[in-house]
Amino acid sequence: MKKSENPFYDLSLKKRHAKTKRFKLFTYSSLLFSLAFLLFFIVDIGIKAFPALNQAYVYIDVTYSEKSMRSPRAAIDRKYKKIVSRAYLREIPKHIEQNPSLLYTTVKKWVLADDQVDQYLKGHYSKLKAKDKVFVDELKKSEILQLKFNKTFFSNGDSKVPEFAGILSSMIGTILTLIVTMLFAFPIGVMTAIYLEEFSKDNLKTQIIEININNLAAIPSILFGLLGLAIFINTFGMPRSSALVGGLTLALMTLPIIIVSSRAALRGVPNSIRQAGFAVGLTKVQVVAGHVLPLAFPGIMTGSIIGLAQALGETAPLIIIGMIAFIPDNPTSILDAATVLPAQIFTWAGMPERAYIEKTAAAIMVLLSILILLNSTAIYLRKKYEVKW
Amino acid sequence: MVKNAKVQIKDLNLWYKDNHALKSINLEFKPNTITAIVGPSGCGKSTFLRSINRMNELIDNTITSGKIIIDNKNIYDDDVDEVAVRKRIGMVFQQPNPFPKSIYDNVSYAPMKHGITTKGIECDDLVEQSLKRSALWEEVKNKLRDPGTSLSGGQQQRLCIARTIAVSPDIILMDEPTSALDPISTEKIESLMLELKKDYTIIIVTHNMQQAARVSDYTAFFDQGEMIEFGKTDTIFINPKEKRTEDYITGRFG
Repeated sequence: MKKSENPFYDLSLKKRHAKTKRFKLFTYSSLLFSLAFLLFFIVDIGIKAFPALNQAYVYIDVTYSEKSMRSPRAAIDRKYKKIVSRAYLREIPKHIEQNPSLLYTTVKKWVLADDQVDQYLKGHYSKLKAKDKVFVDELKKSEILQLKFNKTFFSNGDSKVPEFAGILSSMIGTILTLIVTMLFAFPIGVMTAIYLEEFSKDNLKTQIIEININNLAAIPSILFGLLGLAIFINTFGMPRSSALVGGLTLALMTLPIIIVSSRAALRGVPNSIRQAGFAVGLTKVQVVAGHVLPLAFPGIMTGSIIGLAQALGETAPLIIIGMIAFIPDNPTSILDAATVLPAQIFTWAGMPERAYIEKTAAAIMVLLSILILLNSTAIYLRKKYEVKW
Repeated sequence: MVKNAKVQIKDLNLWYKDNHALKSINLEFKPNTITAIVGPSGCGKSTFLRSINRMNELIDNTITSGKIIIDNKNIYDDDVDEVAVRKRIGMVFQQPNPFPKSIYDNVSYAPMKHGITTKGIECDDLVEQSLKRSALWEEVKNKLRDPGTSLSGGQQQRLCIARTIAVSPDIILMDEPTSALDPISTEKIESLMLELKKDYTIIIVTHNMQQAARVSDYTAFFDQGEMIEFGKTDTIFINPKEKRTEDYITGRFG
């Protein structure tokens, strides 16, 4: 059929469609662009973190004697002096204390190697001298020196000796801090949202409160650290660097997020449900607790988990209240000095030793995994418990 | 006018902020009758209906004056609790709004909260009776645990009526209960209303003139916040006194 015979023929259409196509291409390339950034970041960190999965161990005799209790270096053959980790040697007296039957025995076992050896094995820059490198190569050939799975990274706290440093103490600190954060921010935030949505009248007072809640959400987080320092530590005298103070400070920061998202969830519950409740003579509590809250709950949970995820990655306010401290031992209560994962990453990133680079990247991967886990839980909860009608 | 009235409205005025929504309404409703309230959109008929069970108080900035006397007691007196008023005066809305719970819980929730019934056989009985009275029992008796929202629109509306009946009110207010329903569901609700009339006083707001003519004993015509005319439905439809009523009913305006 010829163009002139087509009653739907429109000269301008071709141009207009081309414009649509170009517009679509722009939007699509923006998406690709942002994805590329994300991918680049994750791949880069992943490549750097991967070597941290393994750590050099050396298979040698360890002699537990009275002499090695006094001077641990005596526990190993002199020729391995530069191979074995100093931090491991320091632990030998502790091993004997914990297990006295070890005394006067010699055990052949896999012993943590020095970070310079580890880095040399992984092909990174190492400060080892040439003859030591030859020795290491020999040991490697005879398979006395091997890269094994890095248990230390997950079972140890921070250390100034890179091969001995792990994320356990900062993980525990993070968990304690977030527990405190949620215990305070969740009930207070949800209750505030219920008051504002269900009880308060829409007047100047509530409008001022609303503006201030939104302002609170936009305040730079470091100011919350100063607030926490002034109130919790200086005024109330709570222990510095503790998970309690950190948790409360992060709770202040998370509150506006929880309030705003809970209010949105409550507002999403159709008014007809409230009216239905009131029309059969239910009181406000019965309507809110019995009908409105169950419907709003998935939204409230989602918002709270996202708030929690944000608190998890927060570093600046915790630096102010001293949670950046060097914490080799696991905190046992919320009153103990503790540090958190992002602060640990910050500390390690500033360390001069080469071996900390992979540790930093590995800790970032752990942090990202927890964040992804939290956010997927939020999406799952929303999808699962969302009521449709 | 009406003798031995169940509900007496005396000089009822209502303001939304500066908007004078109801202007000095005087009306009486006889027990065991259906009264239809008709009028153009925005004339205040839904507002009037909601003032009978004090639902307007849920909206900020409303001021009500005047008296609504039910069983010789002004429900706007200081010693009357609006929750108790709403238990005695049930309401069915334009859009079916079952609770997002099971059919059983939809009916049993409020009676349990009021202490009318406790869990068990007694409660099962109440649910069955209420669903039978709202002509829904046969359709749902095998799926009482299904969510109320899984029913069709007409069934949902009858579920809402069952929920209202379950707290044993005296008066049932209906705010355009069939405007969201198809003709077959509408017919079911209408015959249900005629059945319920034996035990309850029903006040219905409707836009559907035929419906008002079909089901109601009395009709009140509202316009611009005023009650223009009230009388027996036959009289209002066949021989209205006021010009405005006649114009509206014959479809000349509104």
